[in-house]
Amino acid sequence: MDTTRHDLVIVGGGAAGLRAAIAAAVQDPQASIALVSKVYPMRSHTVSAEGGAAAVARADDNLEMHAFDTVKGSDFLGDQDVIQYFVAEAPKELTLLEHWGCPWSRNDDGTVATRAFGGMSTKRTWYAADKVGFHMLHSLFQQSLRYPNIVRYDEQFVTKLIVDGGAVHGVASLDIREGAVRLILGRAVLLACGGGGKIFPFTTNGNIKTADGMALAYREGVALKDMEFVQYHPTGLPGTGILITEAARGEGGHLKNSEGERFLTTRDYGVGTKAELGPRDMISRAIIQEIEAGRGIKGPYGEYVNLDLTHLGGDVIMKRLPMVRELSMLYGGADPITQPIPVRPVVHYMMGGVDVDIDGASALPGLYAAGEVACVSLNGANRLGSNSLTECLVFGARSGLAALRFAKGTSAANEAACARQAEEESARVAALRGKRGGERMAQLRRELGVTMEEGCGVYREQASMEATVHATAALRGRYDDLGLQDKSTVFNTELVAALELGNMIHVAETIAVSAAHRNESRGAHARRDTKKRDDQNFLYHTLAFAGYSGPRLAKKPVTLGIWEPEERKY
Amino acid sequence: MSEQKKTFVVTRFDPDKDQAPRQQTYEVPVQPDWKVLDALNYIKDEIDGSLSHRWSCRMAVCGSCGMMVDGKPSLTCKDALSDYGDKVEIAPLANFPIVRDLVVELEGFLEKLKSVKPYILRAKERALEEGTHRQSPEQLEEFKQFSYCINCMLCYSACPVVANEPEFIGPAAIALGHRYNMDSRDEGQHERNEIFRGEGTVFSCSYANECSEVCPKHVDPAAAVNQAKFNAVIDWLTGFVTTRGGK
Repeated sequence: MDTTRHDLVIVGGGAAGLRAAIAAAVQDPQASIALVSKVYPMRSHTVSAEGGAAAVARADDNLEMHAFDTVKGSDFLGDQDVIQYFVAEAPKELTLLEHWGCPWSRNDDGTVATRAFGGMSTKRTWYAADKVGFHMLHSLFQQSLRYPNIVRYDEQFVTKLIVDGGAVHGVASLDIREGAVRLILGRAVLLACGGGGKIFPFTTNGNIKTADGMALAYREGVALKDMEFVQYHPTGLPGTGILITEAARGEGGHLKNSEGERFLTTRDYGVGTKAELGPRDMISRAIIQEIEAGRGIKGPYGEYVNLDLTHLGGDVIMKRLPMVRELSMLYGGADPITQPIPVRPVVHYMMGGVDVDIDGASALPGLYAAGEVACVSLNGANRLGSNSLTECLVFGARSGLAALRFAKGTSAANEAACARQAEEESARVAALRGKRGGERMAQLRRELGVTMEEGCGVYREQASMEATVHATAALRGRYDDLGLQDKSTVFNTELVAALELGNMIHVAETIAVSAAHRNESRGAHARRDTKKRDDQNFLYHTLAFAGYSGPRLAKKPVTLGIWEPEERKY
Repeated sequence: MSEQKKTFVVTRFDPDKDQAPRQQTYEVPVQPDWKVLDALNYIKDEIDGSLSHRWSCRMAVCGSCGMMVDGKPSLTCKDALSDYGDKVEIAPLANFPIVRDLVVELEGFLEKLKSVKPYILRAKERALEEGTHRQSPEQLEEFKQFSYCINCMLCYSACPVVANEPEFIGPAAIALGHRYNMDSRDEGQHERNEIFRGEGTVFSCSYANECSEVCPKHVDPAAAVNQAKFNAVIDWLTGFVTTRGGK
């Protein structure tokens, strides 16, 4: 068994993983930090984020306002201690990115410019035109090249956490290029490998977003928290699901139905005068209701509404929203300078994830998580746009340092025991390669998508959620009979996809089971059969643990603070 | 939507069993709004699970899916199939060793990228308490375009110098080094100009301009190389007459 040894193993090379790696590398230049990613870090899905990153910057803003906006956006399911810490660190982290070269857009006086975003009470979203994730990712990746103690394992797919004596000691990782499984030992492991939008058929997420980190933790008995809360972004391009950033509305864009009516201003969808700058859960529901009321526009990929930017003028669009224009023209068939962009709600983000505390520590000693893969309870039941890029930085840094501290205080692993586990994992992966079986991968993936959309969409009800619980459990069984064609050891992407599908099915089950249990409507979990929020019975986090016959659930209290739950109206 | 069939001639190579790359033909029912990548994904999902290609974002920003399409470098999630004929040839990016099928070796590029010190260099690092730098929109404009590179490798595939001189650090790496040189927050110009005066860098460029023509993000690496050449010479000349300092 090819074995390497590090102090800290970070899984994932996006914003959270890179930030964690840099934090640890600066803190201790002697520490060896492995950065393991199934793609080259600059391909990570952070690259697709567009609109911006939130942090208080203006004189008319303050930390309390950012905190309250986030609490209210979360439908009071966010932990207020986490939120307070987050808003205080946010300006420092975005300033640090500025020092590292991130090309933030500027005001005329040279200060960093900010824009309006949904659910934020003032302009506090820092931006680099509408390519913010791209610029942040490349700035972080390029910065990481300065540190020789960050050892990259590119195109290596972690398939198992190595757990021995009640603590995590590293990972088993498939070298995609070579085909062998290697053992990467670490005294602590930080998961930073993002969400799993690809569980759903219509998503903004790239092909690599397959819930890998959540599945790795879940299979080792770690709880996934608040998995029922799946964010639908209001504005994706029909067909592809490609994201049209909220910044398009932040800069003044309007949503219009088939009658050309700005329905968020003429009808009561709970967003008040915020209109297009309401939070994502509410705007997505408004669009679905417009379509159901017969005011959608028919297209080849189902009904949609229009995002109209034509009144902003070519200059604003070219300067602040160049990527929106490029994407609309390339993939939406519309030039937003002269035509409205067709849009519909699309799966975008998972509020849920690996249950961790404010340090990113899970209940499994040595296992940490940060970014979308984690649920530190910043976002509660609904994330505000532009909080997640900042979350990757704030909690990437904090978790990276906490994991490093743990690593330095723990004893070395029993290497023989770890190697045995890695050998077993190697055998499992080898058995899957080119495996004979009756089930086709594309078919299972399609069926997974269909049932998740039916049961866990923008609107939900008991019967369809339960149907999805059964359907995902059945898919887990059928997965065992998967049939594959590619027997090659070199860059076998079919094998990787099969491992990813296994991860997605596990995590899909936790989403469905958690959703079917929560008999109230809160944030992104909107039930047609129980329309009201129920703080009496459901003001808690859902924990999903791997059980013998599927996920079993438990409750965890919400940390309140200054703000008591109140009706969420804008 | 109306369906049309196209023939795809795809380069295959599996080092486990092939001595040399070969070609395999697939018939694919294509939709009018498909990109080249959609056809490859159809082949992978519905016809031949053993075909290997890289892709992720399918929105022209992650830079994974560069390939040769009908002999020209293409970002396959960006280029429309309707722009090609009934028979489309897909091959791995030229000027790179093939790993498998349409997957090429990128390790060399990452070393080249690192060699230009693609990060802000300052004599004294700015303290967090000092807040952000002031940078005017005009100063941002000086380098912004050169920061758009998605590392898709199309420019290396098009570059006649890379073809003959694999050690040439190439258009994207030079554009990135130049991007930092032009950033008002940076003080590392002298260091990078010294790198640029070394062998296999800016002065290896033969002004073919192919890189800028194929760049899917309009970075214009050829312009970056030309400006970098000029700056590297000026830097060398002024080195004789003045003591270096940050700008």
